[in-house]
Amino acid sequence: MADTPQIVMDERVKQISPMRRAMIRPELGGIVGTIAVFVFFGLFAFDSGMFNSQGIMNWSVVSAQFMIIAVGACLLMIAGEFDLSVGSMIGFAGMMMAIFGVTLGWPMWVAILVTFALCISIGALNGFIVVRTGLPSFIVTLAFLFILRGFTIFLPQTIERKTIIGGIREAAEGDWLAALFGGTIGKGFFTWMGEAGIIATFERGTRAGEPVVNGIPMLIVWALGLVVVGHVLLTRTRFGNWIFAAGGDAEAARNSGVPVNRVKITMFMFTAFCATVFAACQVMEFGSAGADRGLLKEFEAIIAVVIGGALLTGGYGSVIGAALGALIFGVVQQGLFFAGVESSLFRVFLGVILLFAVILNTYIRRIITGER
Amino acid sequence: MTPTMKLLLAATVAATPLIAAGTAQAEGEKYILVSHAPDSDSWWNTIKNAIALASEQMGVEVEYRNPPTGDLADMARIIEQAAASGPDGIITTLSDFDVLSGPVRSAVDSGVDVIIMNSGTPEQAREVGALMYVGQPEYDAGLAAGERAKEDGVESFLCVNHYISSPASTERCQGFADGLGVELGEQMIDSGQDPAEIKNRVQAYLSANPDTDAVLTLGPTSADPTLLALDETGMAGDIYFGTFDLGANIVQGIKDGVIEWGIDQQPFLQAYLPVVVLTNYHRYGVLPGNNINSGPGFVTAEGLEMVEKFAGEYR
Repeated sequence: MADTPQIVMDERVKQISPMRRAMIRPELGGIVGTIAVFVFFGLFAFDSGMFNSQGIMNWSVVSAQFMIIAVGACLLMIAGEFDLSVGSMIGFAGMMMAIFGVTLGWPMWVAILVTFALCISIGALNGFIVVRTGLPSFIVTLAFLFILRGFTIFLPQTIERKTIIGGIREAAEGDWLAALFGGTIGKGFFTWMGEAGIIATFERGTRAGEPVVNGIPMLIVWALGLVVVGHVLLTRTRFGNWIFAAGGDAEAARNSGVPVNRVKITMFMFTAFCATVFAACQVMEFGSAGADRGLLKEFEAIIAVVIGGALLTGGYGSVIGAALGALIFGVVQQGLFFAGVESSLFRVFLGVILLFAVILNTYIRRIITGER
Repeated sequence: MTPTMKLLLAATVAATPLIAAGTAQAEGEKYILVSHAPDSDSWWNTIKNAIALASEQMGVEVEYRNPPTGDLADMARIIEQAAASGPDGIITTLSDFDVLSGPVRSAVDSGVDVIIMNSGTPEQAREVGALMYVGQPEYDAGLAAGERAKEDGVESFLCVNHYISSPASTERCQGFADGLGVELGEQMIDSGQDPAEIKNRVQAYLSANPDTDAVLTLGPTSADPTLLALDETGMAGDIYFGTFDLGANIVQGIKDGVIEWGIDQQPFLQAYLPVVVLTNYHRYGVLPGNNINSGPGFVTAEGLEMVEKFAGEYR
């Protein structure tokens, strides 16, 4: 990779100036795009509440949601595969936690761990089918998109005669593992900011005087954590090189001893893990699991990754880029609301801005890499 | 980096007039209506028309927001966003109390007045601190319909549920089943939102269960394809057909005698009245003392003229 330091000078390696080396990063396009998006909304939506504490928390949480699934989708895409079952997996994982934890009454931490195990095994099954049959992952995971969504509707319908299972917040009360997904951190700091008048406080009701934002949700902590782990894994480890190799040219990688199948299956499992983290955070925050959760999230993940500069064909991309792509997508989506865009034109804007982000990114990549 | 800057500039210039058009504001209070409906649900067009009319008459600004896929977790984010943008009031549905009560409560506590419309119950509206509830109690409407069908001699039915992930839809079927006095089970089918699929599933169910007395659909999304399905199989006018909500095709169906009745929850009132109530509350401090039931009203072949004229627009 571009930022792997060269230790021994080799006559086959072209000399690159430090400036140019600093610029040639897959995430450069994402950085420029992020700045552009913030400037844009700074101009058009500055006094709309988008940049007060509630507003910042709003688009941060939405971006963090995209980030969690984008990290998984990014690594998998670099490894040369797709997972279209991410959205259905989110719905399925949330529903399983609800069924285990509420309907069956298991302790919430058991329900969460069993769901993680179940979903990661389904991810492994996805990967196994793809590498064994050689079918495109597009088709295999599309099948699981339907299979998992079907179960997500069927199971609660059969067991509870409804499609939404509530009461999770009560069931998770005081649970150590549930707090890791649904809680917030930094409560004291935000209370202090509220008292100091830096952020707004509630004007009435039982929470009058408390700050409108009472901490950083664990969702955001998970998102940042996954980005760091994903980035280090991809750029600082041998396994990371294997991921690039598997996605670049699987046959060449196999011939040079890279366990391509293992890498791909592991990445499918990681994507499933990310989807389950998303589901756990959502279920613990909202207290219910619904059959419609996560619809179309697989495309949102892929969009974020592509905005972030990864190639759909695999072998190129960066986790930081994907995270910035998620940030751009989240800020644009929520920012359009703040800017007061007519709701029926909302998707037109979303499409136009996303298209520009990707075009911009592609141009930048071509300029800096000299690729045609 | 010149090409980059050019692109950036082009993007900004291209988007500017559209954004400006979007933010062109009327004088007066600002309200936001948040629905749970996916973009594909045409029924909500009446809501959009009603708030456009109300905002014009009252001289206020009303925005419509919805989660594009109907994902209720996304809707919670939209309510949080709406509260952050500092409107005078929010009008929203409460289609899943667990998910939405937190954000709505926070909006109320941060000083935004809230009215619950369409989905939810008067009790839930009170619990989240909303001013009032405007809508049709879903289970009761289904029950009333079921009792009516029972009087007409119906003993078995098919419920075409095109929005199975919404608890309100299931409550309608449940109410209908209870009204008939039968157990709800296999008769409720998950039809999906695609017209061709809905049509095929209805045909498949009716050919597998030929002794079904009645069909209940939950809105134009499922009623329109069901009309086609019955027409094709020659069962139109023979099988007892009732539906929730109105639309152009449903009105035509009632007129043709294919549909027995349509349950009108009068969505116009659900959107129009909250805007009027909020505006008057903010201007003069007056507030009705109770919740408002906008339905159910049964629309039959008699007195169809007005309904027909405005179907899909205001009815």
